[in-house]
Amino acid sequence: MVNEENTKASLCFHCGQPVPSGQSWTLDIGGATRELCCVGCQSVARLIVDSGCEDFYLRRTVPSARVDPEQLLPPELALLDLPAQPADGVAAASDDQASELVLSIDGLRCAACVWLIEKYLARLPGIEMAELNVASARLHIRRDPDQCSTSSILRGLHGLGYTAYPFDPLRQGEQARRASRRLFRQLFIAGLSMMQVMMYAIPVYMTHEGIDPDMMALMRWASLFLTIPAVFYSALPFFTGAWAGLRARSPGMDLPVAIGIAAAFTGSAIATWRGEGEIWFDSVSMFIFLLLASRYLETAARRKSAAALERMQQAFPASALVLRDYPQQRETSLVAAAQLQAGDVILVRPGDTIAADACLIEGVAELDLALLSGESRPQTFQLGQEAPGGAVNLSQPVLLRVVRSTRDSTLAAITRLAEQAGQGKPALAQWADVVASRFVVALLLLAAITFVAWHMIDPSRAWATAIAVLVVSCPCALSLATPSALAAATDRLLREGTLVVRGNVLETLQRADTILFDKTGTLTQGRPQLTALWSSIPQERALSLAAAMERGSLHPLARALVEEAERRSIAACEVAQLGSVTGAGMHCLIDGVPYRLGARRFVAEIAGDVIPPALSQPASAAAGSVYLGNSSGWLARFDLADALRADAVQTVAAFRAQGLRVILLSGDQPEVCAEVAATVGIREVIAGCTPQRKLEVVRELQQGGAVVAIVGDGINDAAMLRAGDVSFAMGKGAALAQVSADAVIMSDRLAAVAQCAHMARRTMRIVRQNLVWASVYNFLAIPAAAFGLLDPWMSAVGMSASSLLVVGNALRLSRATRVAEPVPAPAAAGQPALAGGA
Amino acid sequence: MEALYLLIPLSTLLVFLAIWVFFRASDGGQFDDLEGPAMRILNDDDTTPEQHRPDLP
Repeated sequence: MVNEENTKASLCFHCGQPVPSGQSWTLDIGGATRELCCVGCQSVARLIVDSGCEDFYLRRTVPSARVDPEQLLPPELALLDLPAQPADGVAAASDDQASELVLSIDGLRCAACVWLIEKYLARLPGIEMAELNVASARLHIRRDPDQCSTSSILRGLHGLGYTAYPFDPLRQGEQARRASRRLFRQLFIAGLSMMQVMMYAIPVYMTHEGIDPDMMALMRWASLFLTIPAVFYSALPFFTGAWAGLRARSPGMDLPVAIGIAAAFTGSAIATWRGEGEIWFDSVSMFIFLLLASRYLETAARRKSAAALERMQQAFPASALVLRDYPQQRETSLVAAAQLQAGDVILVRPGDTIAADACLIEGVAELDLALLSGESRPQTFQLGQEAPGGAVNLSQPVLLRVVRSTRDSTLAAITRLAEQAGQGKPALAQWADVVASRFVVALLLLAAITFVAWHMIDPSRAWATAIAVLVVSCPCALSLATPSALAAATDRLLREGTLVVRGNVLETLQRADTILFDKTGTLTQGRPQLTALWSSIPQERALSLAAAMERGSLHPLARALVEEAERRSIAACEVAQLGSVTGAGMHCLIDGVPYRLGARRFVAEIAGDVIPPALSQPASAAAGSVYLGNSSGWLARFDLADALRADAVQTVAAFRAQGLRVILLSGDQPEVCAEVAATVGIREVIAGCTPQRKLEVVRELQQGGAVVAIVGDGINDAAMLRAGDVSFAMGKGAALAQVSADAVIMSDRLAAVAQCAHMARRTMRIVRQNLVWASVYNFLAIPAAAFGLLDPWMSAVGMSASSLLVVGNALRLSRATRVAEPVPAPAAAGQPALAGGA
Repeated sequence: MEALYLLIPLSTLLVFLAIWVFFRASDGGQFDDLEGPAMRILNDDDTTPEQHRPDLP
């Protein structure tokens, strides 16, 4: 916002984002001095240059990811530092535990990333081989473990700005990957077989002169041999699927397919053996190939969504400090979080995440549960209280006794949830499955009737017609296309930061006519931010003073001031004799002059009782004020409030534009709610609600016939979220543990809800198109086949083309251009999240 | 046309040979990463790590 031109002029050489005005970091790269936007980018660039990989900047085609300085060395790396436990239980290796290492890499952007990583690693001593699989984002390393530890590799990668974590084959669903690989092989074999069989079939179709009977027999035998791999290898999924369906007494679409393949192949084989009658080898292999192709596409869509989930799970702590001989000795040792057992005593340092559900046995902890609940204020935990895994310790080091092993903890619940996610079927898909299964039974009957009828009319055509009926029908449009549309949509949403937990979300959301927003943490950020700054000295100076005094503090208001100073790239100045008075504020000496920052009364003790008019402007209802003054007078007032999310206004506007009834439902005071509602453009406000009352409101609306969508912030609104027809929880990573919502917005952007609604409408439109197509096609094609108008090969083409069409239509959801941003906010709709001070 | 009596069985054999080659390639991991090699070929960097090491700071 400050100084547009300057910002435009200088972009960070590493990440391509604007360099904040004022301060900047520079580095000599490629013979010129380059500007960088932050210390994180600078240190990464320096490492790249120092290791002789400068060429990276010439090769890359897109800017690199921005580097968060705090993420440069994640604490988990310490775990891998210990020589006693070289990545024990964390790094999975294939044959040779010590020398093989597989890592998953995040943040690959273009070819230069591949070059940089491989080249950089190749220069580390002790690395024999480093190979990056771009498709699966996995790095295979063979190294000499004595010379080159896992941690040094990870640290090197982090230093380059990539997030890497040890790869766990169990968690990564290696099984699924192997299955998909087999499917690819089956598809390939079927394709090969189809091509070759066609070579023999087409001349027969084309010729008018007739083919020499010997030649004909030879071609038939060749076709038979070439079809064998397709039927006995490639078609296996259909046979096993049909068998599984039969055993479960719910015949699926595999059954008619399998019978069709088996009948056509057997019939053709007998005809070849006898040397008379029709053969359909070409139809068989083509049918198998085209059906496998649509199935392959569908699996690929599903696997992609699984991979996105996998990356999300990496947010959890990987290590814990265990006191083995507590209370005799206090020596700690690092273990992998997965190895924690109930009864272990763990030490959690300030800033660390508690790895498993644990009971406090020493110290009083201030815990940040923001990840779990969205609750922004730190909560105090007393001795004996149980703290959930995933909470972050904000106070002094504390000792806890593990109550549940990590596997049974809150965190594990997230993993399970992530596995469930996307598997649940919405009512529409379930309905389609039921219909498809009845359809299959009816179809088998019809095929039998057709066979019998034609046997009486014209026995020579009975077999061909019955096969045509079996093959032409396309129940897959019913039972396959709906899930693939949902998988594609779910994957797409996940990539945009929305985890759809229950299958009904997309279906219900597009029917919703009322949407309820919670206030704190949903429409607002849920943590204080500087909304206004009134000062009698330059603002930069005021922020610099405040940041210096609050730097060490963990109080949310203090954090907000420090963050704001960092955001504006204002360096904190030097202070002496910094001290704090509980409940009042901070005091210090600067150049021998005493300064105070905090409550009005506290500052008034040195600055005098008369506040200058500039500092006594009325504050908004939601804001709290922090004052700054020294012995010669008042200097500044900082208004801190739970600021609106940047996209709150446009999200509300988007839903209103669609004609939804938008209601603000909150437990906060009416004045605060009214102010927020007015700013974002919500007309209906229900304030001061207890959780019980919120629930009643939802019930009342539903009794009035409304389909209610709810956007809340996780645990506070659990009951309400459960009651809604479809609900969204704002939260990241671990918020899932407590999930009672149908979908979780992990990107922390409210606009994702509007995007989700948009996606829901598109998905349902595509599902409807697919269902209509399936009905029309089957309605026309099956009678045509039964009356003998279609040859088996025509049926095979028709059915396969129909399924490809339907799957392709569904996959449009994941491929299409980005969802258009919701309707832009009305110009006069109040201030954005951060007015940036007066 | 007599040649076809030889060519048709030969083509059948060829297909089975192709299947065998495909399985070998697939087992060898040729199809595991279909994107990476395309990216690597752009980087015509022939220096081996050993040659470069003395340059390191």
